[in-house]
Formats: sequence, C-alpha cells, structure tokens
Amino acid sequence: MFRFIVRRLLQMVLAFFGTTLIVYALMFAGQGDPIQALAGERPVTAAQRAYLTEKYHLDATGVGGFFYRYFDYISNLLRGDLGESLTGRSIGDILAAAWPVTIRLALIAIAVAVIFGVTAGVLAGIRRASVFDNATLLLTLLVLGIPTIVLAPLAQYFLGVKWQIFPPTAGADPDFFALLLPGIVLGSLSLATALRLTRTSVAENLRADYVRTARSKGLPNRRVVSVHVLRNSLIPVITFLGVEVGNLMSGAIITEGVFNIPGVGFNLFRGIRTEDGPLVVGIVSVLVVVYLVSNLVVDVLYAVLDPRIRYE
Amino acid sequence: MSDFETVAASENQAARRGPSGEPGTPNQVGRPRKPRSLAGDAWRDLRRKPIFWISLILVLLVTAMAAVPGLFTSNDPADCVLSRQHAGPSGGAIFGYDFQGCDTYARAVYGARASLLVGALSALFTGLIALVVGMLAGYFGGWVDAVLSRVIDIVLGIPLLLAAIVLLKRIGSDSATVRIAAVIFVLAVLGWTTAARVVRSSVITAREQDYVAAARMLGAGDGRIMWRHILPNALAPAIVVLTIALGSFIAAEATLSFLGIGLREPTISWGIEINNGRVHMRESATPLVVPSAFLALTVLAFIMLGDAIRDAFDPKLR
Repeated sequence: MFRFIVRRLLQMVLAFFGTTLIVYALMFAGQGDPIQALAGERPVTAAQRAYLTEKYHLDATGVGGFFYRYFDYISNLLRGDLGESLTGRSIGDILAAAWPVTIRLALIAIAVAVIFGVTAGVLAGIRRASVFDNATLLLTLLVLGIPTIVLAPLAQYFLGVKWQIFPPTAGADPDFFALLLPGIVLGSLSLATALRLTRTSVAENLRADYVRTARSKGLPNRRVVSVHVLRNSLIPVITFLGVEVGNLMSGAIITEGVFNIPGVGFNLFRGIRTEDGPLVVGIVSVLVVVYLVSNLVVDVLYAVLDPRIRYE
Repeated sequence: MSDFETVAASENQAARRGPSGEPGTPNQVGRPRKPRSLAGDAWRDLRRKPIFWISLILVLLVTAMAAVPGLFTSNDPADCVLSRQHAGPSGGAIFGYDFQGCDTYARAVYGARASLLVGALSALFTGLIALVVGMLAGYFGGWVDAVLSRVIDIVLGIPLLLAAIVLLKRIGSDSATVRIAAVIFVLAVLGWTTAARVVRSSVITAREQDYVAAARMLGAGDGRIMWRHILPNALAPAIVVLTIALGSFIAAEATLSFLGIGLREPTISWGIEINNGRVHMRESATPLVVPSAFLALTVLAFIMLGDAIRDAFDPKLR
C-alpha cells in the first residue's frame, strides 16, 4: 500500500511538471515579444519594459533562461500567486470568488447523478433484460452520445426560454433554483455513466456465491439486495464519482458559459473569448492541479475501499 | 478534397469490415471443420439489430453529405442576405434563415464536411499512434512496456479540453487548413491512449498463440511476426474502439469550435453554427436546433455503431 502511494505520487509529480511545462512553453515562451504578449493590445513604455524584463528574467537567453523562467512560474504557482489578468484584477481574487459557485454547481450535479443514477442502476441491475432495463440502456446511450454543447443550449431554450420552467440564466450570486437546471445538465453525463456502472456491478454481484449463501440462510430478498449486494456494488461507483468531482470542476466550461454562471469555468470561457492569456494560463494551471490531485485521491481511495485490489 | 474522399471511403470500409470480411480470417479459413468464425457469429448477431442498421444508415448518409453536399441542398451556404434575417422557410431553405440571413439547412449540410474530416483524420492518426505504441509495448514487454505504459498513464492524466485550449490558443493563423490541421493534431496527440491500451492487451494475447511460435520457428523476424501475424489479430478491437472515438472526436471538434478556439469562420462547422444560434435563440430557435440535431445524430450514430459491433464481438454477452 505504502509503495503504491509513493509510486502514484511520483507519477503525479511527473504529470504535474509535464503538463505545466507544456502550458508554460506554449503560452509564454517562443513568442516574438513576451512583454507585448503579456500586455495584450495596450502600449508598453520603456520603464514598464525594463521593469518586466527584470521581474521575469527575460534577459537570460537559451535553454537555461527558459527553465529559469519556468521555475519562476512554478514557484509562483505553488505559492498561490497567479498574477494578474489583462484587466488588472488579481487572478487569485477572481478564483476565490468563483470557486464557491462552481463547487455548489458540482455538488448539485453529483447529487443528481447519485439520486437518479444509482437508484435506476440498482433497479435495472435487479431486473436485467426487462423493459425498464432496456429503456434505461437506450436512454443512457442517448445521453452519453449527445455533446454538452447540444444539451446545454437546447435545455436552456426549451426549459428556460420557451416553457419557462427554470430561469434561463443564473447571473451574479445565483441561488439553488437558478443552479438546478445547469446542475442537471452537467450531471446528466455522470448520471448515465453511474447508472451503467451500478447496473453492471449489481447484476454481477447478484450471481456471486455470498448472495446465494445469504439467500439459503433465509434472509429476505430486500436485506440481501440492500445490504449484501449494494455495499459491494457501490465500490466502483464511488470511485467513479470521485474522479467525476475532479472532472466537473474543469468540465463546467460549457455549462457555466451557456447559463451565465459566474464560476471558474465561466471565467475561463470569458478569458478564451477576450484573448486574456494570463487569465487562461492561471485558471488552466490551477485546474490541472485540481484534476491531478483528485485522481490521486480516488486511486488511493480505491485501494482502501476494496481490499481485493492490491497494486504491487 | 480527394484526400478527404479516400479517408471517407476507408472510414466506410472500417465501419463495414467489422461484420463482414474480418482481417483475422486468413488464419481461420484453412479450418474446414469449424462452420462459423467469430466474425460470422458477430455478423449473424448484428443483422438482427435495428440499432445497427439505423446507425449504419445515418453514418452513410452523413458521409455522403460530407462528400457531395450538393446532393442534399441546391442553396449556397455562403449566400447570406441580411434582409431575410430570421425569415421563414422558402425556396429550398426548408428551415428558414439565420441571423445573418444564411440558409440554416444548407449551412448544416455543408458543416458535415469539416466535422467528418476532423473526426476521420483524428481517428486515423490516433489509430496509427495507438498501433505503434501498443504493438511495441505489447510485443517486446519488459522495459519498453514499462516506459510506454507510464507515458500512456501520464497522457491519460491530462484533461483533454484544458490541454486543447492551451495548445490551440497558440495558433494565431486564421487559415482554414492550418486550423483544421491543428485541431486534428491536438485530438490525435491527446486521444490515442485508450486505443493504445486496447491494442497492447490484444497483442499480449496474440503473442502467446501457437501460430506465433510456429512462425518464429520457421525463422520469421520480429518485424515480420508483428506485421503479418499479430497485427491482423490486434486490428479488429482497435477498429471498434476507433469507431466510438470517431464520434467523440466529432463532438470534441464541435466543442472547440463552439468555444471559438477550434475552426473559425468562414469554415462552416456545427460547433460555430450552434454558438451563433445560441446567441440569437430568443428571436429564432431553428438556427440553434438544426445544427444541434445534425451534430447529435452524427455523434450518436458513430457511438451506437461502435457499441453494437463491440457487443456482437464480445462472446461473453452472447
């Protein structure tokens, strides 16, 4: 177990440096004039230029200079200093305001996936090959196949604008009801995957020896399913949902952009639209770290939850 | 465009190869006592599935649309007149006109080309990378496998959309060819890992077979064994994975274009159309709904086709 965690940690460190190096190299290095690129379309005075050259060690050239600046960026990132966006706001402040909204949205999405996905998955797993089972399979295939850029605007149009069941956009400081429709849209993909996972693992476990033993001891069917089968079947579902939390944080770009939710994804969406380089790099760097850490936590959790799994 | 047509044709072949002529059959033809091969069983299974036929027809339809859009509409998608902004259906424009006064239906039809081109070429390059990496890792094992598997793990750990945003933001050019090539490059570089794992595991299985040992005893070198004996058997599962991947590549291209970092106008792409339609959906919804339906049906068709073929080839489900 200990060896596994150490190895997994080393792997994460490698992936971290790999991705940040790519992010950094592509965004800042190799450009004609990095200072002008940083300033966007605004003019740069000689004094500003001298200050920025000094600050970012731009006078160091060659491979050594590149890595010097890269480690500057990494150490700033690790200290939580993300710099400023082109509009002059601190990226750390932007993110501090955006995280709570994004986390609320992700929690709604996860709740939707758990409540509907797991319940329907258990039912479908118990009644395999029934009408309900086939209907859910087809429905999940539809959900998995329809991209978010189709689902989100159509849900917004039909449920928000045309039939006016939900508010079409969330706006600043959204309440629970305003986040409900985006949460459902965001969670629908996880719902479909969670449903299929639960269904497969319930159906598999129902055939296991320990279920036959429990049945032959005379336990009622309800207890066999709800205690014996469910507990074992939910292991892969829990790990999947853990990975999904990491995905939802970064996967909400489209949903937050479409529904105007002032979260992390929305700021990234806006940063891309307004060509705000520093903002995009800052947010992407943080999101990559979130993604890597959540994957690590889930992998370790997997080994803890399921004693049958041993990584050696 | 001839380049594209060959890809579209090979894509059709790939989709059809699953059920009918299986590349693995040369090894099984010589056995007269076995009446049906795995491919034969799978084909019998597939023939009875309506989902397989529906998705196959949709795939062929959208391929034809990409190759010869003129067959489906006689209107020019670039013929935009502001005076008929959001006008109703008329003169061949069966879904009316969008905000810029362009024919909504014609633009959706012409959008198939970019989507399918990106999807098919990304799947092709993904397949090539996956075959090489998976073959080397699976065949040689040992430290080669260890190194390549770690590389796969690391690439798998990179979130696709975020990495694509960073990579594509560097492309300053607005030329259609450059942007299409950039999107294909990004999707292929980030998307090959799943297929590589599939190839690796099927190569490991094939490596232990008797016919490989026989070939080696006859004096065949590593290259010949990999190319002539193992590759045909590792190909079928990879093609199934790539059919599903093709659908998700089309969705990814539309998502990137939707965000404004993939393809750009004047290239016609469903992602751009959906984004434009979304902005003006309160005035008229058809410019949003029509390209959305085209995109969703295309992605679904490829995913369902791959899903059906995979189920048919899985003996455990029979």
